Amino acid sequence: MARVAVVPQTRRVPAASNEERLQLLEFLLVTHDVGECAERAVEWLATHAGVRHALCAAVDAGNANLVGLAGHGLGRFTPSDFRLEVDQRGHPLVNVLTRLQPTVIPQNGYTESVAIPQVPYLAVPLHGPVVDEEPRLGVLLVNPVLPRVVREARWVADVLGPRIAHLRAYRGYAENQRRLDRDRNLLQAVIDAVSDPILLTDPEGRMLIANNGAERLFASKEGESEGRQRAVALNNMLFSAALSWSAAAAAPLRRELLLVDPNEGADLLFELISAVVMDTAHGTGVVSILRNVTDLRRATEEVEDNYRRLRETEAEMRVERDRLNLIIDSVADPILVTDVGGAIIMMNDPAERLFTPPKDAPEEAVLRVGANDAHFSSFVANLLFSGETMRYRGDITLTEPLTGRTDPFEAVAGKILSEHGELIGVVTILHDKAEALERERLYEQLKLASSELEDKVAQATAELVRQNELLRRQHIQLEQASALKSQFLANMSHEFRTPLNAILGYTSMLLQGVAGGEMAPPQKRNLARVDSNARHLMGLINDILDISRIEAGKMPLHATDFKVADLVGEVMAEVEPIIARTKVKVETDVAATASKLFADRQKLKQIVLNLLTNALKFTPDGAVSVVARYRPASDEVSIAVIDTGIGIAPADQEKIFEDFQQADTSPTRQYSGAGLGLSICRRLADMMDGRITLQSQVGKGSTFTLVLPRQAKRGR
Amino acid sequence: MKSSKRASEPAAEAAPPPAGAVNGAPPLVLVVDDYEDNRDMYLQYLQFAGLRVAEAANGKEALSKTAELMPDLIVMDLSLPGVDGWQATRVIKQDPTTRHILVLALTGHALEGASQSARDAGCDGFLTKPCLPEDLCQEIQRMLGAASARPNAKTRR
Repeated sequence: MARVAVVPQTRRVPAASNEERLQLLEFLLVTHDVGECAERAVEWLATHAGVRHALCAAVDAGNANLVGLAGHGLGRFTPSDFRLEVDQRGHPLVNVLTRLQPTVIPQNGYTESVAIPQVPYLAVPLHGPVVDEEPRLGVLLVNPVLPRVVREARWVADVLGPRIAHLRAYRGYAENQRRLDRDRNLLQAVIDAVSDPILLTDPEGRMLIANNGAERLFASKEGESEGRQRAVALNNMLFSAALSWSAAAAAPLRRELLLVDPNEGADLLFELISAVVMDTAHGTGVVSILRNVTDLRRATEEVEDNYRRLRETEAEMRVERDRLNLIIDSVADPILVTDVGGAIIMMNDPAERLFTPPKDAPEEAVLRVGANDAHFSSFVANLLFSGETMRYRGDITLTEPLTGRTDPFEAVAGKILSEHGELIGVVTILHDKAEALERERLYEQLKLASSELEDKVAQATAELVRQNELLRRQHIQLEQASALKSQFLANMSHEFRTPLNAILGYTSMLLQGVAGGEMAPPQKRNLARVDSNARHLMGLINDILDISRIEAGKMPLHATDFKVADLVGEVMAEVEPIIARTKVKVETDVAATASKLFADRQKLKQIVLNLLTNALKFTPDGAVSVVARYRPASDEVSIAVIDTGIGIAPADQEKIFEDFQQADTSPTRQYSGAGLGLSICRRLADMMDGRITLQSQVGKGSTFTLVLPRQAKRGR
Repeated sequence: MKSSKRASEPAAEAAPPPAGAVNGAPPLVLVVDDYEDNRDMYLQYLQFAGLRVAEAANGKEALSKTAELMPDLIVMDLSLPGVDGWQATRVIKQDPTTRHILVLALTGHALEGASQSARDAGCDGFLTKPCLPEDLCQEIQRMLGAASARPNAKTRR
């Protein structure tokens, strides 16, 4: 505000037009600042009413001071220099506030301390829309006090006062609103600070107020995960159901409510406390507090669990005690427990046999029990009155009540102390020494016997090893001997052949009359005997050679295809001369199915020839037949030589297959009589994967059957 | 084992014309055997059968007789002192001048393998002892007959 020089009173100012008044009113209406409104009003008065000095002051918010808002022509003062305490009753400027009408205040009518030029003023009180209302809002001081100035100042005060009142009222409202907001935020912060979810809902269940904890459970925002949204929806449903159930009750209600943690998906158990809040202005609501009791329930469960475990332990202990009793009873050694007075208060079964007379026991048994009791009491007394000693060991002799046998016992007694260290009894174990002594003796005997046995086993083992070694050596020696024998026989047969060759050759020539013409019949007959014997010898040598060759493994097989009938025919042809000399009838029967064979023809022929000559040899009269059959089941061919001869006793039936064995040792007229024939036959049959079986009855005859695979294995 | 009945039959016929005889002269057979009785026995019979014969008691003698006489066939015992039958046969069969001479091995070794080793040495025939003289004679006649059947048999001589 400029310091305005005192304008001379004579200055003429034109009267304010309606338009100029409207301009002021318009300004006041659109301006919300009280100070600006006051300034404009003072300027307007200066311009249009010829005011030289003016001050507009208003009572401040606290109703304590009258404070300058705007001024004109204040000289060295500014409007804000003006300040007057309202409670200075009697001050002419303060008194103005209580008046309705403008008052003229003379130049000396107020103290100089007021910061305005010292001139007379017209003081126009400023009032609100209601003219009679007190106190006044403020005061408008104008100078000079002229009729026109008075008129215009009153008009300005009439328009400025209500405006200031209005602006003041508005400012107060805004202030209140701010305070309310602050209180509300504080309240929200307070309930947010409570970790338990708290909600206020309307009767329809709509959420009005919710703290953070409640929002976490019941509110979802867009863009959050579907799972969380679903969980929130579920929680709302559960909560509404719980609330509607409890809404009927007047008193605050507690109940459990299971909800889902929307973030973690875990089950949460809450205690729901809800109370109805009556509000006549805004309708009834329900306040709900949810207390998380999940952990509480877990703790409850744990307590229950502990209790159950306690019960189990108790049961176990009972079982344990029963078992302990059983164990004590099953101990073979007598166990006794005595009280501090030396009286037996507990004993196991073995102890009872010694210290309790059996029912219907003879008198001496009762006496023996008494004696045992006395012995035992004196033994226990040793420990009972021993002071600090905890254990006592000693020997005690007790008598078997029924038999009267005395047994030495080793007794071990121990004190039983209570938890306060007080002696409450003595436990004694009796150990039968006789038994232990006997056991020890038996054990020693056993040890002795055992070591003797060990020695014997070791000896036997050593002997066995020695025998094995001996057998092994003998086996090697035997094999060597066998090989040597075979070689020897092979060599010998060669050596035999050379002279025999000469004998047979010369005899043959003599019989044929090759050298020296025909002989006389008796000479010829004798020479024929020489020839026959030489041939027999030859047969023997051939047989020995065959066995040697078989044993030496030097008789290979040469399998060929041939007809069985042809082979039988050849054999028949060879034995023809023998048959001619006997009265035996020989028949052959070769089945068509047995026609073909793949085998070593030469060796098969040798076998059949041998069997047939044998049959003829041992069949003085009767019949011999050769029967060949095919056995489809095993794909084998059998050739049986059946005779009605002397037969073979069961005892000899296996023997005749051995080397140099013959059931009948009578001299023979035919070759192959050394008892090697069947032995060779069996070996040959074995080589050809076949076998020779014998069925015979003494006096009835024998049947030798050769069985061969129809198809010999190749590559032998 | 041969029947004695059959053996007596050729003797009754008294020297049939030997197979392989050329221009009336009977074939010459060299009998090699270290056992004198056997040698003598076979010589008697072969002569009786109408063949010309010569003899040798060992391998060395057999080789010199062969070179000297150029026999038609040699009956060769294989087990001989000194040069044995196998060696002698090999020498004969390797010599171009004697290669054509037939060699019939005759041995007391009846063990398997004796026959094969004889053939490996070059023998044309094989018989085992005991061998009756008529059987030996029959085999000689067979071999000589088979040889003469070949058109160029004599031209090699």
